[in-house]
Amino acid sequence: MPWLNKQPTWLIISISFLGLLLGWHLLVAWGGYARFILPGPVDVWQQFLIVLRDGRLLKHSLYTISEVIPGLIIGSLIALPLGYLLAKSQLAERLLSPYLIASQAIPVIAIAPLLTIWVRSTYWARVLVAVIVVFFPILVNIIAGLRSVPAELYELMASLQASRRQIFYKLELPASLPILLAGLKVGATLSVIGALVGEFVQPKSQGLGFLLVTARYQFKTALVFVVLVTLAVIALTMYGVVALVEKRMLRWQAKN
Amino acid sequence: MENQPFLVAEQVSYIFPDGQFHVLEDISLTINAGDFVALLGPSGVGKSTLLRLLGGLLKPTSGRISMADLPESSATDPIGVVFQRDNLMPWRTVTENVQLPLELQRQADQESRYRVQEMIELVGLAGFEGSYPAQLSGGMAQRVAIARALVHRPALLLLDEPFGSLDALTRERMGQELLRIWHALPVTVFMVTHSITEAVMLADEVLVMGGRPAVGDPAALIHRVPIGLPRPRQLEIQGTRSFQKCAKEIRSAIQV
Repeated sequence: MPWLNKQPTWLIISISFLGLLLGWHLLVAWGGYARFILPGPVDVWQQFLIVLRDGRLLKHSLYTISEVIPGLIIGSLIALPLGYLLAKSQLAERLLSPYLIASQAIPVIAIAPLLTIWVRSTYWARVLVAVIVVFFPILVNIIAGLRSVPAELYELMASLQASRRQIFYKLELPASLPILLAGLKVGATLSVIGALVGEFVQPKSQGLGFLLVTARYQFKTALVFVVLVTLAVIALTMYGVVALVEKRMLRWQAKN
Repeated sequence: MENQPFLVAEQVSYIFPDGQFHVLEDISLTINAGDFVALLGPSGVGKSTLLRLLGGLLKPTSGRISMADLPESSATDPIGVVFQRDNLMPWRTVTENVQLPLELQRQADQESRYRVQEMIELVGLAGFEGSYPAQLSGGMAQRVAIARALVHRPALLLLDEPFGSLDALTRERMGQELLRIWHALPVTVFMVTHSITEAVMLADEVLVMGGRPAVGDPAALIHRVPIGLPRPRQLEIQGTRSFQKCAKEIRSAIQV
């Protein structure tokens, strides 16, 4: 449909979203499912208004966000120096990479209960799960980014008698930034999953995970949907923020 | 400072640090201040290695390389290098790329900004200050690399097949540009090339290297041809008998 392809992105997304809602509505209306099995968009919307008005949605969302953002930041801050070390030191790579790769074979949902035993604070236990989920993809991208720096540019820096520090700030960091930011985008969405896994394992009192588990036990399926959509919106926003940072920092790429 | 020995190499040998591969043997040469010296030789003979030794990017296994003290030179780094590839940083504009050596020397005052602009104009890129490397042609990118190598006023400019990746016409023009720049600045030039015409066209003296390091026959300087052609030289000089005599002498030396 060439006519449709000419429209702006927001319009195309709106059209597809309305189509999705309509299909969903018709499916529920004609399929005759019980509400606790598949609520319709109208039910979900009404449920959304309820939790929005009584403040529960905002409270639990903020709580989850307060776990997601530190999770992403701490995960990146650990991954950055470690990735640098692994990219630079063959010994460190030989020593550590088997453990790092093996750790990825273990699903985080299996370690999370242990973490909640070891970390007293419910909040920090959840942040820690987010950190663990975020850590690896960012680490891998930092290593890939540093390895992508052309050898010729190292030689240039050597010919200009640049110090180790200058090589890092003027060459390695900007050269690996595109790959690093791509990793951060993946990490941003994963951090939401991480925090949620943490909340699932320890569904105490607060967070969207807690709200989700509670809603499920009470067969308030419409509320489950509200939480899922909210999570998706949070992940999309996180992704969007990183993408915006990326666009600002990599302006030179747009000109290429 | 004419005819003063500027760069002296005495019985320099080089063996690759990782093994027995003996690249250069017993190379002695003297480059006078302000001269333009070209180094010719077949591929793989070790021309670039000799250039890197002269530039201090490699340390000779034995022998000595010394450079005359230049009291009037304020540059902390007396050498500028232009590589076969432009080695520009794609995230920096033309101005920012040229500025890099000064940045590494922590010079960011008004005078250095003026000098960056002066160099950009000298290589004929006024108007392209804000362009990114990907927006430039190969010849323009190499001009930026030359400006960058000269911005900190080095006494010695090392060129490692600087026009090797350019098309023949651009290459010819760049040679003329290089002569113009060399006339404008008090700089000694050492240039590796594999074009006899280019070497005769540009240089005061052509050094010819021979040997086959790959089969255990280390390279040495086998011939030295002074080029007494008058300056300034135009492209038409290539048709003269004295030009062709020089070219012929070099060609027969390479085939020995």
